[in-house]
Amino acid sequence: MNVTLILILLLVGSFATYLAGDKLASKVALFFSVLALGSSIVLLNHFNAGENISFISQWITQPNISFALKADGLSLAMLLLTTVLTPLIIFSSFGNEYKNSKSFYALILFMAFAMVGTFLAADGLLYYIFWELALIPIYFIALLWGNGDAEDRKKAVVKFFIYTLAGSLFMLVGFVYLYQKAGSLLLDDLYKLQLSDAEQLWIFLGFFLAYAIKIPIIPFHTWQAKVYQKAPTVGTMLLSGIMLKMGLYSIIRWQLPIAPLAAKQYLFIFVGLGIAGVVYGSIVALRQKDLKKLLAYSSLAHVGLIAAATYTLTLDGLRGAVLQMIAHGFVVVGLFFAAEIIFRRYETRIIAEMGGIRTQSPKFTSMFMILVLASVALPSTFNFIGEFTVLYSLFQINIWFAILGGTTIILGAYYMLKMFQHVMLGETNKKVFADVTISEALSMIIIIVVLFFFGMYPKPITDLITPSLENILTIINRN
Amino acid sequence: MDTNLALVLLLTPLLGFLINVFFGKQLGKSVSGTIGTFTVAISFVVSIYFFLQINQTKQPVTIHIFDWITISNFNVGFGLLLDQLSILWLLFVTGIGSLIHLYSISYMHDDENMHKFFAYLNLFVFFMITLVIGSNLLVMFIGWEGVGLCSYLLIGFWHKNQEYNDAAKKAFIMNRIGDLGLLIGIFILGVLFSTVDFTTLKTSIETTTTINSYWIGTAAFALFIGACGKSAQIPLYTWLPDAMAGPTPVSALIHAATMVTAGIFMVSRLNFLFDLVPNIQNIIAVVGAITALVAATIGLVQNDIKKVLAYSTVSQLGLMFLALGVGAYEVAIFHVITHAFFKACLFLGSGSVIHALHGEQDMRKMGGLKKVMPITYLTMLVSSLAISGVPLFSGFFSKDEILLVAFEHSIPLWIIASIASIMTAFYMFRLMFLTFFNTFRGTEEQKHHLHESPSLITFPLIVLAILATFGGLISLPGHSWLNDYLTPVLPKLAAAEHHLDTTAYILMTIAVIGGIVGIVLAYVKYNKRNTVPVSDEAIIGFSKVLYNKYYVDEAYTVLFVNPINALSRFFRDYIETFISSLIFGLGKVTIALSAQGRKVHNGSIGLYLFVFVIGICAIISYLFLAQ
Repeated sequence: MNVTLILILLLVGSFATYLAGDKLASKVALFFSVLALGSSIVLLNHFNAGENISFISQWITQPNISFALKADGLSLAMLLLTTVLTPLIIFSSFGNEYKNSKSFYALILFMAFAMVGTFLAADGLLYYIFWELALIPIYFIALLWGNGDAEDRKKAVVKFFIYTLAGSLFMLVGFVYLYQKAGSLLLDDLYKLQLSDAEQLWIFLGFFLAYAIKIPIIPFHTWQAKVYQKAPTVGTMLLSGIMLKMGLYSIIRWQLPIAPLAAKQYLFIFVGLGIAGVVYGSIVALRQKDLKKLLAYSSLAHVGLIAAATYTLTLDGLRGAVLQMIAHGFVVVGLFFAAEIIFRRYETRIIAEMGGIRTQSPKFTSMFMILVLASVALPSTFNFIGEFTVLYSLFQINIWFAILGGTTIILGAYYMLKMFQHVMLGETNKKVFADVTISEALSMIIIIVVLFFFGMYPKPITDLITPSLENILTIINRN
Repeated sequence: MDTNLALVLLLTPLLGFLINVFFGKQLGKSVSGTIGTFTVAISFVVSIYFFLQINQTKQPVTIHIFDWITISNFNVGFGLLLDQLSILWLLFVTGIGSLIHLYSISYMHDDENMHKFFAYLNLFVFFMITLVIGSNLLVMFIGWEGVGLCSYLLIGFWHKNQEYNDAAKKAFIMNRIGDLGLLIGIFILGVLFSTVDFTTLKTSIETTTTINSYWIGTAAFALFIGACGKSAQIPLYTWLPDAMAGPTPVSALIHAATMVTAGIFMVSRLNFLFDLVPNIQNIIAVVGAITALVAATIGLVQNDIKKVLAYSTVSQLGLMFLALGVGAYEVAIFHVITHAFFKACLFLGSGSVIHALHGEQDMRKMGGLKKVMPITYLTMLVSSLAISGVPLFSGFFSKDEILLVAFEHSIPLWIIASIASIMTAFYMFRLMFLTFFNTFRGTEEQKHHLHESPSLITFPLIVLAILATFGGLISLPGHSWLNDYLTPVLPKLAAAEHHLDTTAYILMTIAVIGGIVGIVLAYVKYNKRNTVPVSDEAIIGFSKVLYNKYYVDEAYTVLFVNPINALSRFFRDYIETFISSLIFGLGKVTIALSAQGRKVHNGSIGLYLFVFVIGICAIISYLFLAQ
């Protein structure tokens, strides 16, 4: 048994969903995504028992390309993040009606397929194909099922598509160069390469453009807020919960070990850039009128911190980054879902048109509050574990990095509580707000349980990812 | 056995929280309140058990429950440490906590969300216990931020009022500024000593021969910033007076007796660290003294009964920090305890008054309540005498010791603290005279409904008043039970040995006379001459500055809040558009270039040939030249 199973399940699921027709599509999609989740848990057990669940076979002989899927702790953690969030995201959309829903749900599964492929691929070209493949479904999801003015939306989504595609081309050039050097694109071969300082720098920068746009790291973030706002919430969840982690994961898996010298030499610049994103994103989030845009900027701040942590090249940095990726994945999906729950009732995302919801819906209020608290990394939530480790790693580099990155503790509380106050509190709103339905509550509760459980007991995840991160660090420090 | 009991101690209030959250509404108000009170009372009983045990064994109980956070150079476990210090805190947190829960059953009975109130209150006690008994800085930090959260929830308990929500938000954010400091302090200690566990930290510091005083100093300072946030010291104190927006039992429990003492707890817990850096200790002492004075001056002119008490709390906390700064940890702790008694009593008493007046908090509309509310009056009087330092009441002993250690350390600090103490006596009796003496100044309607509060309210008042009277017995000069009890966790200090020499007697006399002067001044002005403070518009001169709290809130708004919001708008409206147009610009350049390029493909054979020939020439000449 190996990890190809998950890919097959998701791909088959995608076709099956399309064939099932509009009425059954959502349920079929849910079925297959849960199946993929179940299988990944089984695979995890095999992995923990010491079995090899990787897969490799020659794919193209000329050039020398392999279909290589490598499952170590890091990849498995990302795989699980995807397979847990996908059914959750699908399930959370049950309260909405989508036209042509068979295509909609098929695209979601197809995207999950491509993202899982990205997290597992151990050959440069295969990885690149999955990386680009993931862009296609989200492009259509955002374009066809998004909201707001169609022209406006098209502009934002097309911009996003071209921008990320253009960024990835630089990575492709990097891979072509690497192929010339190594005669293969297998991860292990690339890790063995001895590149000169200049070569490393160019490779590093080429990869950086691709990742910086995808994550996004400032100043490459301008596509983000608009797309998050215009995409249907499911799309926003896929983007922010999973897809942006492709970039962060790739830093750890591809960029740092292949070009470690450049990473070391320019450490301060890239850590600094990440931290600049924290401060900038937090400050811009303070004055947002649209709930989804506010969450987009808050996400910008959070991933800036994660990116900064990866570039510290310390074990704490990498580990904290992965922990925070997972924690952020859950909390951001939860928060966008909360925005969707409000939209279902009030048909607005403008914060000024909300308020006074708390008195009408105690259950929703409590859940939303908990998500807000997790997002500001209250100790005992998973996000605290991530944020603490990340800030600790920044402190090891320089105290000012920790202080500036730590402003997220203050500013995050500021914009999130301010948002919560204006969205939820105040005199009872005249518009009726029905409390959460059972299925809405279920999605929220799952997220909350995950956040608290791993907030108190992150050991299973730490144990899973640490050995592979230590390996990567050994490769980074090989010279 | 100990592990199980410690878990009972910790988790019972959490259980109370869960019951009240999920079933509170169905259970009804009385049941919900009873459950809330009982769960805390159980913790209190267990605390007493541990107290009795440690008095016999003298050995702290450490419990490791599970591994929590993994850091490259150390692991952090979820562990508990029950030593003399934490048990002492537990006793008054759960003890006073039980009384205030009991009080709230009656006080909050008319509120439709009473079960939520008890849920939050229980959650608070749970986090406070976590803060106190955590065996390392990070478990303490769970409690530290947790009590901040409960404070936020309870200040904004009446969430329909956006002003209250603002106050709640302000408290949370200001605390978070401190929390960043605390985290930085934890990072430094983690890097230096590869542990954040209190016990191992102490051993590491004591056994290390080379102390990196720069980083230790930075760590101590960063931790002190954390303490400033939680314990409302300058410059992070302005949230506490606003926090009075919460229901009065909350003010008594969280914002007077327990949560705000967390900073003092933390500094005492890490006494071995702070003792290494006298410079930082001096900063603590000075900040404490200045806070004590500034808050006391503001308290002189406030007309809202709860605001007076709030500034009084800030001022008293300042005195405690003064004691910490001069290294007299046990004196600070002593004052924490006596203050918890009398200030909780004063807040609950003010709640009783507010309750009787149907929500009126302005002392200008009170007066003459002595006769209708005898128990409230007497208990508050006792507590006022205690806080003013009148001999034989508890506050006399603790405040006197603070003044004594301050005097031994530095005369200017002693003078500042003494002035603050005189002011304390004055504003407390101003409060007493305005509230209870002369004639009632409220409406006829209110006058008609005046009544003493029910026994659920008066009983806690009486208990606290008794404690406020006799609490000083735990640390009598010359023979201090408290000092003996705390010896294992605190350093032995010369200052702690209370020699009743001549200086001490002279200082004591000065302090007592000062207190009495304060009381007499208040008596003359507000009782004999029957002055009623003028209305807000009529306040002029320096009083106006004091009444408006030195305009510190306004200054913070101008200095921090407005700039950051302006920056946010600037980023949103200009920088975002700018970067965006840069990217779009790249796209437009590409389109423009391609438009130019397209012109070349115009089908003109002549042009193609021309370019072809030029190209060939270029290549050939390059080949020749390159040779």
